[in-house]
Amino acid sequence: MARLTMREAISQALWEEMERDSSVFILGEEVGVWGGTYAVTKGFYDHFGAGRVKDTPISESAIVGAAIGAAMTGLRPVAELMTINFAFSAMDHIVNQAAKLHYMFGGQFVLPLVIRTVSGGGRQLGATHSQTPDVVFAHFPGLKVVAPGTPEDAKGLLKAAIRSNDPIMFIEHATMYQVRGEVPEEDYSIPIGVSKIQRQGKDVTIVSYSKGLELSMKAAEELARDGVEAEVIDLRTLRPLDMGPVIESFKKTNRAVIVEEGWKSFGVGAEVSTRIYEDAFDYVDAPIKRVAQKEVPLPYNRNLEQMALPQVPDILAAVKEVLNG
Amino acid sequence: MNINPEKHLDMYYQMVLIRRMEERAAELYQQGKIGGFLHLYIGQEAVSTGLIGARLPQDRVITAYRDHGVAVNCGLPVNAILAELLGKATGVSKGRGGSMHMADTSRNFWGGHAIVGSHLPLAAGLALGDQYANKDAVTICMFGDGATNIGYFHEALNLSKVWKLPLLWVCENNQYGMGTTVEHASAVSEIRQKAEGYGIPNERVDGMDIIAVYDASSKAIERVRSGEGPYLLEIMTYRFRGHSMGDPERYREQAEIKKWQEQDPIGIYHSYLLGKKIASSDELTGIEKRAEEDVKAAEAFAQTSPEPTPEELFMDIYVD
Ligand SMILES: Cc1ncc(C[n+]2csc(CCOP(=O)(O)OP(=O)(O)O)c2C)c(N)n1
Ligand SMILES: [Mg+2]
Repeated sequence: MARLTMREAISQALWEEMERDSSVFILGEEVGVWGGTYAVTKGFYDHFGAGRVKDTPISESAIVGAAIGAAMTGLRPVAELMTINFAFSAMDHIVNQAAKLHYMFGGQFVLPLVIRTVSGGGRQLGATHSQTPDVVFAHFPGLKVVAPGTPEDAKGLLKAAIRSNDPIMFIEHATMYQVRGEVPEEDYSIPIGVSKIQRQGKDVTIVSYSKGLELSMKAAEELARDGVEAEVIDLRTLRPLDMGPVIESFKKTNRAVIVEEGWKSFGVGAEVSTRIYEDAFDYVDAPIKRVAQKEVPLPYNRNLEQMALPQVPDILAAVKEVLNG
Repeated sequence: MNINPEKHLDMYYQMVLIRRMEERAAELYQQGKIGGFLHLYIGQEAVSTGLIGARLPQDRVITAYRDHGVAVNCGLPVNAILAELLGKATGVSKGRGGSMHMADTSRNFWGGHAIVGSHLPLAAGLALGDQYANKDAVTICMFGDGATNIGYFHEALNLSKVWKLPLLWVCENNQYGMGTTVEHASAVSEIRQKAEGYGIPNERVDGMDIIAVYDASSKAIERVRSGEGPYLLEIMTYRFRGHSMGDPERYREQAEIKKWQEQDPIGIYHSYLLGKKIASSDELTGIEKRAEEDVKAAEAFAQTSPEPTPEELFMDIYVD
């Protein structure tokens, strides 16, 4: 095991897959000479060359569209969208093309495509640059949406995504690149669409992913000091959504809090809680609580932005409520 | 074009004011008082000062996220600009927008927009509003060289020609979009050539020379105002600082930056004003001092301004 940052883990996955398979290549804005705006592809341009680390113009729809076309010829493009906010400029290609082409043409077109992008607020970038709209992409059958919360998962899931023959949105979190964790030294991949228990507990189930996982683990530590053992489940993939470990855990704890950084309305919490009600209604001891972003476009002002984002104390309060419910 | 001495001195003041304000903003950023991204206008002052100096009050201005200088030229008080950068309630956008999202409709400044190219279709709509209402106003839409590679640019240019909109498109070609040169990102090396494809008359202008910018802009604005439809200016310039704060600038040589700094637009204007005997060296120094003091006073205002209250988080989400 090595202790790596999220950035290093993601970078290693890309590097190793490019070394392993010459059909894997990267395209996106500032991925080459600049080294990636989050420094994930630093050194790639010098090592793999301009032919495999392709700097693009500012043309999100052409980045995704061309990646789709290249994937249809059998290449394995990893298209980088600098942030998920710019994915909206490529929405037709993501939604009407990537998510549909395989199904709509009777399975003829195969799209081994990864769209890497960066989600998340908390950096005072204002409303257009701070969104966490991960669920938007999870709405569409035909697309898979992966959003890791630990370096180990990031590396293993990105490798699986690159090796997969389906179009996959791989969503990283802007404030998690420095997060450190143990990462296996050997080559490994982690199956897409499998949730994971990140912390065991018996009193309450906290379901989350990505940045929400970081907050939930912190909350669980604090709860443990008060003698409350939270079980923390990391969805890791939003579509397909693996409810198995969530339902199993809920049947044990009978109480759940769902944590996400995006807005509450029509969000992960709405989806997961409904599925719990559908599949484990008899086990419900208290109304399920959701912790999410306040329903406003994120402001620039630091205090207001922090107020709008979900925080550890919000999770603690929600847990207290479900325990008393 | 005839520019009277008063106007000259005012434009010189505006350029120096922008420079001092941006330098101070960089320091405040380094002190952690400004957060997020901060895209400075240093090096490009002659572009928006000359361009907006040539507009009439009814003419609208809209630009991208590199907007502090443009805001000054539109007449926004430095107080409100610095207060916005500090996230204060007295900021132009009440502390909600930050560096990239400033606007003041009372001064016909329709914003700072942070999604590259996304404001170009908006500009078409602003111009349509004036055309629809039979107003003799021109919309001036500024954007970077990098923005001409996104579809929004092409859709908006095409529409502006088809509808003969009163629109002046202004590409600020500072030769880079983040770390990518025009040569690496654009099919044509002269951005103005892209206007040709849409039948939009166009020209390239030296953006380090404010007189050239002012002349070309005056003519272009009047031409658009006369009802001939859109026009495009490509104004050649250079940003002296990184794309945003913290840019490692691996993509360009120090020597290149130095070369351009020798053509500092403020220095060029300074020499011009002395050479033409429009102002004395003492007068210009006086203006520089005034700009410096004004930035100091504005900063004091911004620093002592209140933060937005927690209730303000939920204000202005909807009108109704
Ligand atoms: C649609 C979209 N893609 C990417 C970005 C990230 N981005 C911000 S500024 C920029 C470069 C823009 O260059 P240019 O238009 O030349 O303007 P300049 O910064 O030189 O003023 C990029 C890629 C963005 N804001 N919006
Ligand atoms: Mg540029």
